[in-house]
Amino acid sequence: MSIPRPRPRLDEENRAFWTGGAEGRLMITTCGDCGGHTHPPRLLCRHCLSENVVPQSVSGLAKVESYTVNHQAWAKNMEVPFVIARVRLDDAPSVILTTNIVNCPVDAVHFDDPVRVLFEEQDGIFYPLFEKVA
Amino acid sequence: MGREAYITGIGQSEVAIRTTRHPLLLTLDAVREALDEAGLTIGQIDGVATFPGKSSGNLGFSPVGADEVIEAMGIKSKWHVGGMEQPAQLSSIANAAMAVRLGLCRHVICFRTVYEAAAMARPEEYSRPRSELLDGFVQWTMPFWAMSAACWTAQYAMTHVERYGMTREQLGQIAINGSKNAMLNPRARAITKEVLTLDKYMSARMISSPLCLYDCDRFSDCSTVIIVSAGDALDEVKCTPIRIAATAGSVDRPSWDQVDWPAAYETGADLWRNSDYRPKDVDTVQFYDGFAFLPINWLEGLGFCERGEGHRFIEGGTRIALDGELPMNTHGGQLGAGRLHGFGFAHEAVTQLRGLGGARQIGGDPKVAVATSGGGPMAAALLLARD
Repeated sequence: MSIPRPRPRLDEENRAFWTGGAEGRLMITTCGDCGGHTHPPRLLCRHCLSENVVPQSVSGLAKVESYTVNHQAWAKNMEVPFVIARVRLDDAPSVILTTNIVNCPVDAVHFDDPVRVLFEEQDGIFYPLFEKVA
Repeated sequence: MGREAYITGIGQSEVAIRTTRHPLLLTLDAVREALDEAGLTIGQIDGVATFPGKSSGNLGFSPVGADEVIEAMGIKSKWHVGGMEQPAQLSSIANAAMAVRLGLCRHVICFRTVYEAAAMARPEEYSRPRSELLDGFVQWTMPFWAMSAACWTAQYAMTHVERYGMTREQLGQIAINGSKNAMLNPRARAITKEVLTLDKYMSARMISSPLCLYDCDRFSDCSTVIIVSAGDALDEVKCTPIRIAATAGSVDRPSWDQVDWPAAYETGADLWRNSDYRPKDVDTVQFYDGFAFLPINWLEGLGFCERGEGHRFIEGGTRIALDGELPMNTHGGQLGAGRLHGFGFAHEAVTQLRGLGGARQIGGDPKVAVATSGGGPMAAALLLARD
């Protein structure tokens, strides 16, 4: 899409997620005590309330949990259609990310498709997008 | 009866697209109608509840709050509340029911005023959200152009398409049923001009698959008021009281994209846990249809059919029609009668239970109704009964 993406406000909780792509890493908040994952990222574990949490890189492999082909142009000059999807991370299965599935025709996306992360950078924010695994 | 809560007066302003009447005056229209029906005066009102409260950053979404109503209408309030952080829109009625049961107040004005169409026409007067840095939940969706609840809901609807074989012909019955009923509802004239045919539905442009234009409600201007009264104050009202037999509003993950199943399923099960009634006792359902897929979640979540069967339940539209086994959204729903944001469903449930539906009144002397609001991770349900 040619128009700039909406930008998150970086803060103590979300900075690792939105900037990890600079090193090609998808960072997910992980608990040092129970091993659980917390997303949206917080400074505590949503499974055991431990504060012993750190953003850790995951493989970036995921499966399509659901998707929609968006046809509505929500902003001027937005190119449509495109795929919005929820993907479940292979090695953090309690985490679902909303994303776009790119680099394929919009009718090529289906439930359970294996996908992998790639990052689109825009002024220091690294948006995790996904593409189908060939 | 003393510790029960009842809906007494109900009221509604005109439902308009781009009205010029001030939103506080729309609210006054609905308050007046509700007071007249109940035979109450404003001096007898001692509580106010609303959702979501005044939304200063997005005045079209909610231009009037509880504070303003108390001040402007000279209410001596003993208890009031307004806020977005509750299970869903109709939770404000459930909150009022708790307050009167506890004896904190006797007659509570619950209201929801929407002004989204008018605000679009007058942006200099009614603020709109500005595009700035995102925080909170939307930072996880909007960067990927999932800008609207249409895109979020569509992904839950796709589960029914891919896993359970839902067709567009089946989904379309929600909007078609709504348009038929709206044609019999005088207050829906600004929203629905003709019955929606399946051909027209099938040729509509797609918004976010599988939701097409007719599957999405439309910005409207309206105020709806529901008065909740204490059981020991019923001798003060003249209308037929409708008992709030149960409420539920269960939410685990407020994030729209983290839930496996929409909150309607857990809330639906909890509504029956909080009541001796069962789905077979229900005469009519008024299910939130801001997007056409949401009533399918409510049908399944409340146990009117099995999970993954909702689209087959509504197939052909006969079961949910006015003369069907489970008349749904008899006023037209939000798709047919305007985006009143949840309160329209409670208003219609009470109207039907009192037999005051006019041309759209269902037969069979209805005594029990369900009204719901919310979608995705939000859910609130009311079980209403005429004793």
